[in-house]
Amino acid sequence: MADRYIEPDTPELRARWGNFTWTEANAAKAKEVVARYPEGRQRSAVMPLLDLAQRQVGAELNTQGWLPIPVMEFLAEYLSMPVIRVVEVASFYTMYNIAPIGRFHVQVCGTTPCMLRGSDDIIAACKSRGMKKGHITGDGMWSFTEVECMGNCASAPMVQINDDNYEDLTAERMDAVLDALARGESPKAGTQDPARHTVEPVGEPTNLAAMVTANHDYRSEW
Amino acid sequence: MALADKDRIFTNLYGYQPWNLKEAQARGAWDNTKALIERGNAAIIDEMKASGLRGRGGAGFPTGMKWSFMPKQPPLDQNGNPKPSFLVINADESEPGSCKDREIMRHDPHLLLEGALVAGFAMGARAAYIYIRGEYIREAETLFAARDEAYAAGLLGKNACGSGYDFDVFVHRGAGAYICGEETAMIESLEGKKGQPRLKPPFPAGAGLYGCPTTVNNVESIAVAPTILRRGAAWFSSFGRENNKGTKLFQISGHVNRPCVVEEEMSIPFSELIERHCGGIRGGKDNLLAVIPGGSSVPLVPASDIWDAPMDFDGLKAVGSGLGTAAVIVMDKSTDIVRAISRISYFYKHESCGQCTPCREGTGWMWRVMERLRTGDAHVDEIDMLQQVTKQVEGHTICALGDAAAWPIQGLIKHFRPEIERRIEARSGSLQEAAE
Repeated sequence: MADRYIEPDTPELRARWGNFTWTEANAAKAKEVVARYPEGRQRSAVMPLLDLAQRQVGAELNTQGWLPIPVMEFLAEYLSMPVIRVVEVASFYTMYNIAPIGRFHVQVCGTTPCMLRGSDDIIAACKSRGMKKGHITGDGMWSFTEVECMGNCASAPMVQINDDNYEDLTAERMDAVLDALARGESPKAGTQDPARHTVEPVGEPTNLAAMVTANHDYRSEW
Repeated sequence: MALADKDRIFTNLYGYQPWNLKEAQARGAWDNTKALIERGNAAIIDEMKASGLRGRGGAGFPTGMKWSFMPKQPPLDQNGNPKPSFLVINADESEPGSCKDREIMRHDPHLLLEGALVAGFAMGARAAYIYIRGEYIREAETLFAARDEAYAAGLLGKNACGSGYDFDVFVHRGAGAYICGEETAMIESLEGKKGQPRLKPPFPAGAGLYGCPTTVNNVESIAVAPTILRRGAAWFSSFGRENNKGTKLFQISGHVNRPCVVEEEMSIPFSELIERHCGGIRGGKDNLLAVIPGGSSVPLVPASDIWDAPMDFDGLKAVGSGLGTAAVIVMDKSTDIVRAISRISYFYKHESCGQCTPCREGTGWMWRVMERLRTGDAHVDEIDMLQQVTKQVEGHTICALGDAAAWPIQGLIKHFRPEIERRIEARSGSLQEAAE
C-alpha cells in the first residue's frame, strides 16, 4: 500500500467544504449511477460517486480535484453508509486524491516495460521543472507521481496527465506536451510518435493492411 | 504460416476505422445475434468447450467449462425467491506488460458487448458488469458510448436483439488497484468495498456478487465468443497446438525495434513473432538477454531457451515460465536485469492489498533486499535467504499476488545468480580497496 496521508480535518476545511452538495448536472448523474446497481445495493455506487465528487471539487478549484473529509461525509449520507466505509475506499484506491493537488497531475509510469523504454528520462524531465512526489509546484500547476503500470506497454514510455495519455515519449516530446499544457493548449493525446497511429508496429503494416484505408469486411473471405 | 487477416477476430485492433455501431456492424459484429441465442445455452456452451478456448486473463482455465459451472437451477434467497446470476467481465487490465483489453475496448467495443450478451445468456445471467480499470478513462468513455448505442438499437436491454431474453450491461470503473483484477477482489470492489480478495470456497459460481452466482471472465475471452460461434469450434481449434487452441492477442514491449499489439495463432514460435511483427530484437538476435513472456508475474526466460519456444501455455511452461496474458517483455543486453526485476518487486509491494501477512510484509522485504542486490550491498548468503523467503510467501496467501511477487525473483536467481554474485564481489572489492 502506498504511503498516502489523508488531509487533516480542520475547522478551515470544514468551513470551505462543509456544505458540499451536488451541482444540478451532477445530481442527475449521481442518480443515474446509483440506478446501475440492484435495489438496496446503492453502496456499490461509492466508487463512481467518489470520482464524480472529486471531479466536481476539481472543477471548482480548477485542479484535478481531491476529496476533503466533509465531501466524503456527504457521500456517506447520500448512500446511507458509515463514513469510515467511504474513507476506507477513498484511501485504498490510488486514483482518489485524499490531499490537495495541482492543476495538472503528471503521472509517469515507471514500471519495468516503461523503464526499459526510457521512463527515467521522462521522470528526469519532470524533476528538472521542479516537480516532485507529493508536492504542488509554487504556481499551483503541477503535481507529480511515479505510478505503476498503466497498461500502455506497447507504446511505452507514457504519462497520464489528468484524463489523457501521452505515449511513445522521449524527453523532448514530454517537454513539448508540458509546454503546451502550460500555455493553456490541449496537445494531441495518444502516441507522440508522428509516424504511428496507435499500437501497430511502426512503418509498413505487418497485418490488417486493408483496414488502414477502408472499413474492410473480411467475411467474404471466410 | 502466419495468421491470415481474414482469420483475425479483432480486425479494427489498431483503430484505423471508427469503433461505432454502424462501422462495427459492417465488419460483422452484431450480425444476427438472435440466431446465436436461439441455438440455446447448452449448444453454446458445448461449442465453446469444443473450440478449446482457454481463459485469456492469465490462468488459462477452459472458458466453456467455466460457464457450465453456473447453477442450472438458481439458488433461493431467504424469502424463497430465485437469486439472479451475474456475469462480471474483468477489464481491470493492470499486469505490467499487458495492453490488449485496452485496444479491444477503445477500438472494437461492440465485440465485447455482443460477447457479453451471448455469454450472459449461455450461463443464464441477468446482467453483466464490465469492471474497467480506472486509469482507462478515455477507453471507459468509449465503452459507455458503445453501450448506449447498443441499447438505442435494441441489441441490449429488454428483449435483447429480439431474442426474448432480457439482459443488461453496466460499466463500472475501478480506481487504481491492481488487486481488483483478482476475481473475488473485483467482486468486493463492485460491492463498494476495498478490493481485498475473499477466501475460496465458496467459489463465485456459488456465491459471488451480492452473494449470487457469478462468473468472472477476461475481456478477450468474452469478445472472441461470438466469432467462435459464427465460424465454428473447428475453425478456432484449427490454430495452435493441442490443448493450446485459437488465436491470441500478443503484446510485445521492451527492446524490440517495433513494439506492438498483434493477433496471432497460439503456439507461434517466439522468434517468428518477433521477426515478423516487431522488426527483430534491438541490436539483433545476439543482443537478446532475457524475456518475460507472460506479464510481470511469470519468471523470466533466458535468451537461449526462449528463441524457439512456442508461445502457448504448455510451451512456456516447458521453459519454466508461463503464457499469462501473453504480454511479452523483451530485454536486450543493455538491461540492468536485477533492476528490472527489482522494479517488478516494487510494483508488488505497492499493489499488495495488505490483507495477508506474508504478502504485506514479504513484498516490502523482498523489494528492499532486491534493491541491495542491485547495488551489490549484500552478502552472498542473502541470495539463498531471499530465495527461501519467496518460498514462504508463495502459496501462503489468499490470492495469487504473493505467488506473483515470488516468481520473478525466483526466475532471476535461477538464471542470473552469477550476475548477482558478481555485483556483490565487485562492491566488496571496491570497499576493501578503499580501506587499504
